[in-house]
Parts: sequence; structure tokens; C-alpha cells
Amino acid sequence: MKSIRMSHWLLIALGGWALLMSLWITAGEPGTYSRQPLWIALVPLMLIGGWFAMDALTALGESLNSKPAIRAVNLAIPAVFAALILVLWQLIVTGFAVPQVLLPAPSTIGVTFITELQTLAQDFAQTWLKAVLAGWIIGCGSGFAVALLIDRSPFLQKGLLPIGNIMSSIPIVGIAPIMVMWFGFDWQSKAAVVVIMTFFPMLVNTLAGLHASDNLHLNLLHTYAGNRRQTLWYVQLPAALPFIFNALKLNSTLALIGAIVAEFFGTPIVGMGFRISTEVGRMNMDMVWATILVAALAGSISYGLLALLERRLTFWHPSTRANG
Amino acid sequence: MFKSLQKSQAAALTLMVLALLVIWYIGALWLNSDLLINGYERRNIDWSFSQLVADAYSMKRPLLPTPDQIGAELYKSIFDTKIDSKRSLVYHSGITLSSTLLGFVMGGLLGILLAIGIVHNRTLERSLMPWVITSQTIPILAIAPMIIVVLGALNFTGVLPKAIISMYLSFFPVTIGMVKGLRAPDKLHMELLATYSASGGQLFRKLRWPTALPYLFASLKVAIAASLVGAIVGELPTGAQGGLGARLLSGSYYGQTVQIWAALIVAAVLGAVLVALVGVLERKINRRMGVAA
Repeated sequence: MKSIRMSHWLLIALGGWALLMSLWITAGEPGTYSRQPLWIALVPLMLIGGWFAMDALTALGESLNSKPAIRAVNLAIPAVFAALILVLWQLIVTGFAVPQVLLPAPSTIGVTFITELQTLAQDFAQTWLKAVLAGWIIGCGSGFAVALLIDRSPFLQKGLLPIGNIMSSIPIVGIAPIMVMWFGFDWQSKAAVVVIMTFFPMLVNTLAGLHASDNLHLNLLHTYAGNRRQTLWYVQLPAALPFIFNALKLNSTLALIGAIVAEFFGTPIVGMGFRISTEVGRMNMDMVWATILVAALAGSISYGLLALLERRLTFWHPSTRANG
Repeated sequence: MFKSLQKSQAAALTLMVLALLVIWYIGALWLNSDLLINGYERRNIDWSFSQLVADAYSMKRPLLPTPDQIGAELYKSIFDTKIDSKRSLVYHSGITLSSTLLGFVMGGLLGILLAIGIVHNRTLERSLMPWVITSQTIPILAIAPMIIVVLGALNFTGVLPKAIISMYLSFFPVTIGMVKGLRAPDKLHMELLATYSASGGQLFRKLRWPTALPYLFASLKVAIAASLVGAIVGELPTGAQGGLGARLLSGSYYGQTVQIWAALIVAAVLGAVLVALVGVLERKINRRMGVAA
């Protein structure tokens, strides 16, 4: 085990003190740094302390043996990093009295998030529960179904795959205004955008996955006289799972982007995209950032849940086993 | 004859495109006819099917324009208009392209730098890597317009704000790909360089970097497409003076569907061309480095 030197401990402690001190100084009237620039000197001290804290945690993580402890340390390191960034943001905004319109402080955003929880929940229900979820399920489902259908037809694949690849380099969000014209202002038009955005990644990935099965396994099924359905179920689909989950995860982010951007082109008076565009117009940046926080949480949580499900279903895959 | 046709990529693609065109024309008739029939009935005009077809394919603001209408609009706005006119798609593409490329270069550099840091420093890897991944689950594209508006309030307009969005979207694939690539060197090769007592810099220049190049180009192709999407979405808010995104928005405000579709087609072609250009660059560099194509 690499032991941590005494001087490092001292730097970490000094950094922690600098962090608390800076927060305490800037907590009062905004603009402390503009009036007394000397206090800025604490900030580099804080960052250096933070760096050595993460360094110490890394060393600690490498010396540990128990799995839960390693996992906890692996969570703690990025948490320290995020905390440093948040504190830095807070200090800059309050210390230099940055106007609200430009960039609200994290504490302001947090307060707005809690006080406006009801409005945010309604927006979330309109955008995520209706448009994103419906569009994501239909888009991924149809992409998967079409991939299964054309898996056995090289001719159709040769025609569809180039189109699918071209579609991935096209800004599909651009069809949002057209969909709003076709399907009206409510969530159906947003779901339609999401369907189109998610269809091709799913199709291309599923097809690649269905072709990724091991030849040995296919031959084995052949010697067992397995029919087409059995081959698909026992060999092709399991081998395709990592690819399918890649598409599902990618699509979960794409879907949220599609729905929010589509709302810029017309929406009833509820929804996350609507909230962002109107509150920008009213210069209520704290509300905008609170909505972004909701979007970030929704995006990360759905990604995380899918990743968890993937680990459950592909426990046998080398890439999962390698990470313990 | 039929067998060989079945195996050819070109035949499959042609058939697919033809099928798409047929579906498109049927769809245009189907979508546009509702409006037309309503109009006929309001004006008490007797109509026949052939008249309906003719009208559906020549509407001024159709729900779904036909490919030939879009083609005509494309021709008009690319060749028949002066390049510096606000109606020229070349002018708007130029604006979009400039911020796309600037954002792509910045994102590529940032991605490579991050990857180098992550590969060489365990602490940086542990603290940064989770956030690099999380950064992409945040629908940044959705808040892009807001960033533009805020920066615009600061008198900070022009190419740079849009390029920043493109950068945010394009650094991620580069970082992920390069971390993989810089770690890709064969263990034997690493040990060989160690026996030569190569310095860290030499190890990087002579082994890690060349090994990572194929990974770099694969990610650059993804990154440049993402960069274009970022630039177009960044142009959506009214703050932007031009660009394909602004063209999309103004088309949607005034119900100019043909204009929207024309801008979309140009964006699609632009995306495909940019990706292809990166592919050409890749082949050139591969050849120079002696990698067999």
C-alpha cells in the first residue's frame, strides 16, 4: 500500500479549510471578491487540496480488497470532483456578483427546484411520461422488429443499411417543425419526432448484434437441429444484447433531446421545452436551470437504470465480467 | 442474371430509393388531399380524382411536398440566387459550416487532451471519466438555444457560441475513442519500448499515438456529425442571423414546408459529405503511415 505523505494530509486539510472559509466569506452580500480581491487566494488552495484528496482516495481505492469498499471509493472520487466544481461555481457567482440573468448560483437553482417542484413535475409528466416514453418504446420496438424481419434477407439489408447509416449523420431533429404541422401541438407530435430519431440507431445496432453471434455456437445449434426460432432465441438474441442495450441507452438521451427540441416549435402551455423557451424570454434563468436539472436527472437516471438492467441480462459477457 | 442482381449493393439501394419515392408520392397525395377536398367543398366545386392529384402535387404550402417540388426549390435557392443573398442556401450552409468546423476542431482537441490526461493519470481517470459519460446523458442539445440567448445578451454573438455547443457534443466520442485507442498498444510493443528505455514522450509519439489513430478517425466521424447537429440546433433561436437552423425555424413560422424540406436535404447532404471527407483524410493518413487499406 502506498502510504500518503504527511504533507499531503496537511494540504488536504488546508484545502478543506479554504473551502469552508471561502463559502463563509461569500455567503453575505454578493461581490466579496470585487471588494476584497485578496480572498481569491483561498481558491487555488482549495483546488490543490481537492486534487490531493482525490489522489489520496485513488491510492486508497487501489489498496482495498473488499468489493463494497472499492465501489464506495469509486463513487466518492467523482463526487469530490463534482463538489469542487459546484463550490467553484457558487464562489464565482456570489463572489463577483454575477447577475442572475447570466448565471444563477447553484444554491439559487436548488431553492427554485424545491419551491417550483409542482410546475416542474407537470412539465416532466407532459414531456417525459407522455412524449419521450411513448416515442422511445415505439421507436425502439419498431427498429427491433424491422431488424428481426430483415435479418434473413441480405437483399433488404443491403438496401436499408446505407440509408440507416446516412440517417445517423443527418440532424433528424430538423423534422420537428414538420411533425408539429402533421400531428398538432400536443405530445403526439413530439412522440413522432422521438420515434424517427430512435428507429434507425436501434435498427442498425440490432442488425449488427444479430450478426455478432459466434460461428461455433451457430454450428452447435445446427447439430442440435435447432430451428430458426430456437437459433434466434438461444444464440442470436443473447449475443445481440450488448448491441441492443447500446442502442437503448443512446436512444434514451436522443429521445429526451428530440422531445424538448420539438417543443420549441409549438406546444400546449406545459412541457420542459416550453418552460425553457418561455422562462428564457422572461429572463428567469433560475427556473430554466431547474428545468435543465430535471432533464439531467431524468437522462442520467434512465441511462443508469438501463445500464443496471444490461448488467443483469448480460452477466456472462466478457465486458461485464471484467468490471467485477 | 437475377441472382447477380440480388447480390449487388447498387441494385438493392436503387430499389429501396425507388420504393421510398413511390411511398413519398402516395403519402403526399394522401396527406395533402384532406386540405384540398375541404377547400373544394367550401367553394362548392365539383372535383375529379385527376384534378385532385394534379392539385395535390402543385400546392404552394403542402403538408408534404413532393420530391420534385423540393428539387425545384433546391435548384432555385442554390443556383438561381446570388450566393450572398439571404435566400441562398449556399449562404446559410456557409454559416452553419463555419460553426460546425470550428466546434469540431475545438471538440476534437479537447477530446484528445482529456483522453491523454485520463490515460496518463489514475486520479484524473477516476474523477473525470464518470463525468465525461454523465455529460452525455444530459440533453445539452435541448438547452443549446438558451446558451445562445444568454451569450447573445452579453453581446457575445456570431460563430463562437454555436461552436461551443458543437464542441460539447463532439468532444465525447473523441475522448471515449481515444482513451480506448491510447490503451490499445500491444503489451509486447510496450515492453519492447521499455527495453529500449524509451521516455514517456517517445512512448507516446512512437507507439501510443500511431496505435490510437484508427480509433481517432472512427470517433471523428461520429463527432463531425454531432457537431453539425449542434450547430443547426444552436441556430434555432431567433438570435441567430442565419444558417440552416434559422432557415428551418423561419420556414416553420410561415408554413413554408418546401423551404423546410430543402433546408433538411441540404443538412443531410452536408452531414454525409463531412463524414465522407473525414473518411478520405483517414485513408490518406493511413496510406502515409503504411497501414494497408
